Amino acid sequence: MANIIEVTDLSYHYPQMEQRPALQHVNFTVQAGEWLAIIGHNGSGKSTLAKSLDGLLTPDPQNKGEIKVAGLTLTDETVWQIRAKIGMVFQNPDNQFVGATVEDDVAFGLENRGVPRPEMQERVHAALKRVRMTEFADREPARLSGGQKQRVAIAGIIAQRPDIIILDESTSMLDPKGRAEVLATVRQLNQEDHLTVISITHDIDEAAQANRIVVLDDGQVKETGTPAEIFAYGERLIEMGLDVPYAERLKTALRQVGADVPKQYLTEEGMADWLWTSHSKM
Amino acid sequence: MDITFKDVAFTYQAGSPFASDALTDINLTIHDQAFTAIIGHTGSGKSTLVQHLNALLKPSAGTVTIGERVITPETDNKNLKPIRQKVGMVFQFPENQLFEETVAKDIAFGPMNFGVSEADALQRATEMVQLVGLDTQYLERSPFDLSGGQMRRVAIAGVLAMKPEVLILDEPTAGLDPVGRREILGMVERLHREQHLTVVLITHLMEDVAAYADQVVVMDRGQVAKTGTPQAVFQDVAWLQSHQLGVPETALFAEKLKQRGFQFEQLPLTEAALAAALAPQLPLTKRGATDE
Amino acid sequence: MNKLIFGRYIPGDSFIHRLDPRGKLLLSFYFIGIIFLAHNWQSYLLLFLFTMFAVLMSRVNLGFFIRGVRPLIWLILFTVILQIFFTRGGHLYWHWGPLVVSQYGLVNGGYIFMRFVLIIFMSTLLTLTTPPLQLSDAIESILKPFKVFHLPVYEIALMISIALRFVPTLMDETEKIMNAQRARGVDFGSGSLSQKMRAIIPLLIPLFVNSFNRAEDLATAMEARGYQGGEGRTKYRVLTWKGQDTLAVAAFAVITGLLIWLR
Repeated sequence: MANIIEVTDLSYHYPQMEQRPALQHVNFTVQAGEWLAIIGHNGSGKSTLAKSLDGLLTPDPQNKGEIKVAGLTLTDETVWQIRAKIGMVFQNPDNQFVGATVEDDVAFGLENRGVPRPEMQERVHAALKRVRMTEFADREPARLSGGQKQRVAIAGIIAQRPDIIILDESTSMLDPKGRAEVLATVRQLNQEDHLTVISITHDIDEAAQANRIVVLDDGQVKETGTPAEIFAYGERLIEMGLDVPYAERLKTALRQVGADVPKQYLTEEGMADWLWTSHSKM
Repeated sequence: MDITFKDVAFTYQAGSPFASDALTDINLTIHDQAFTAIIGHTGSGKSTLVQHLNALLKPSAGTVTIGERVITPETDNKNLKPIRQKVGMVFQFPENQLFEETVAKDIAFGPMNFGVSEADALQRATEMVQLVGLDTQYLERSPFDLSGGQMRRVAIAGVLAMKPEVLILDEPTAGLDPVGRREILGMVERLHREQHLTVVLITHLMEDVAAYADQVVVMDRGQVAKTGTPQAVFQDVAWLQSHQLGVPETALFAEKLKQRGFQFEQLPLTEAALAAALAPQLPLTKRGATDE
Repeated sequence: MNKLIFGRYIPGDSFIHRLDPRGKLLLSFYFIGIIFLAHNWQSYLLLFLFTMFAVLMSRVNLGFFIRGVRPLIWLILFTVILQIFFTRGGHLYWHWGPLVVSQYGLVNGGYIFMRFVLIIFMSTLLTLTTPPLQLSDAIESILKPFKVFHLPVYEIALMISIALRFVPTLMDETEKIMNAQRARGVDFGSGSLSQKMRAIIPLLIPLFVNSFNRAEDLATAMEARGYQGGEGRTKYRVLTWKGQDTLAVAAFAVITGLLIWLR
């Protein structure tokens, strides 16, 4: 598959932060249609990376590196073209809701791009249907739950028909129900519409959805691998800013009672299988 | 200090066209020195319930007894301060309440409102900032220059500096990364164990409930749907799921294992409990650390 | 906060609710103008009946309108009393130094009272039956000709609409911060004036800081969604002038005619 994003030797330095750069020589690629999770503890540079992909950071002469999105190199001239290809969902559901009602908010991005009104109506309705928020079209944001607001944000993105969706800790402020709703919606977009997904997260369930995981630490890429490869780190995942998957936690507990558990990563299903096979050997 | 609810009901904007019932028929005791977890999905009345614990809200009907004080719908708004000193409350995203120029002043703000002298309050700030795991060099920094996680610790230190007997925390780890979550909850558990603080924790994280709580209160549509020990409340997995509540992962996993033929006297709630229950049913190649 | 009726929208689907907000806004201002045409009891009666008819058509409880008058009642009574005590003419009922109570004074006092009440009813009718968002659309539409003078009409409307959208969010946040500070021993609204002023600092600073953070987040989100200013934007919301709106204008024209005839 073709690379839809190529990041080469990207460094970023916040003007007000003298000491250490937020990103240092970051290299990675994202394939079209892929789901890539970026993990790292707070302050590891994850959000800075997400914002740089969309050209949302103030350029600084000290900063080097190249970002290519769908063949276009990010510059002042191409930034709006690139933003049209990327949809971003941010962390705080309230602080990205621009419209006075759900449908106004979904339409905001289309209005910005000068889409004619009849087409706009069509796209707003289709997008709301896609995230199952049609019946809330005329609601005000104050009467929505966090999960619903994030789904409206996703509808706003769908309506713009981008190639890439970036979730910047979009589920971290939601309750478990809201988190599940948002994840289900994104999974559908990834599988059915082949939207490329980049999700920045601490949530193990969200990271488990990914095809690949990039681990950031101190503004550098420390590790890239499949979820199975990364999850095999067990307890060390905590320092990488991720929860430990359940099967790994159970393994640690079983090791303490003297069981000889396998070293490689097991899913919960795999763990149950292993336990049953061992039990049958008794 | 026990806190007891008797036939409590609460209505928001009572008497206006926008009135809405938030709590009905609440009968409940939060025991002295207990670790109580309050669970329930968003909008079930958890936050409204805990605001009665320090008289931020007064019941629309019934009584809330906080130690010696009895709060009724007629209770005057004056002289509630002693209650608020004894019952400390950490709201959701408490970093939003910071306002002082320095961390030290912000932590000292609460105690000074309750009549502690400035010198003593600043002394407490020094103690508390370390208790929440920050270095004393942060004391003279502006709270607004700190990271989100650090700001949250400062806010919690500000409540602890009031030296409350009861500590209420409304989702204290929301939005934090796993390290931050572990540290904050570890600190709460330590305060409970070492200083015998009564703790009331609102949370969506059932693993934490299973690991730390002595008592669980399940809220549903403004009523107490169930109370009991975590062991008792989490046994009925189907009931919890039908009320849109999470279940500790261990309980879910143990249910799966049961279907395959493993046997448990009681559904285990933590990984350690599950491992202990599985040990006799597995061939152990080496003796466990606990057996030595 | 909840006692304030002025500026509050009561959802509904009456004839008045469905009128074009531009028409409603302009006619409300027009009403303030024509009320000064009334100079006798017949014309005031006409205006009163017309206003009550509009109120009735909105199907909003009359109580809301009466509550709209309440915050201004002292201003109204003060003006009416001045009018009564300082107007001479007709039969003189009472006098003391420069103060008099005359026939004309009483009549004029009554007229002024009516004038206030009718203006308040009409403007309350506008805000009770028009969602704030539609009002901001109406303002944008009415201001459009001023684009010629480089007035950033579109930006002004977007500002109003974002401000309106954040009102409930900020009220919520105010309450949360107040509760948090109350839990830390702050007493809002008690003690001396200087104590009250001091109590407000722990509320205002977090509110400002959080609002700035929100504004920054919102600006980033808007940029990510392609916002580059008003140039070249299309509009999702459009206002359409319908027959019923022309009818409303016609009703006002008839009333104006009658008022002139009654003079």
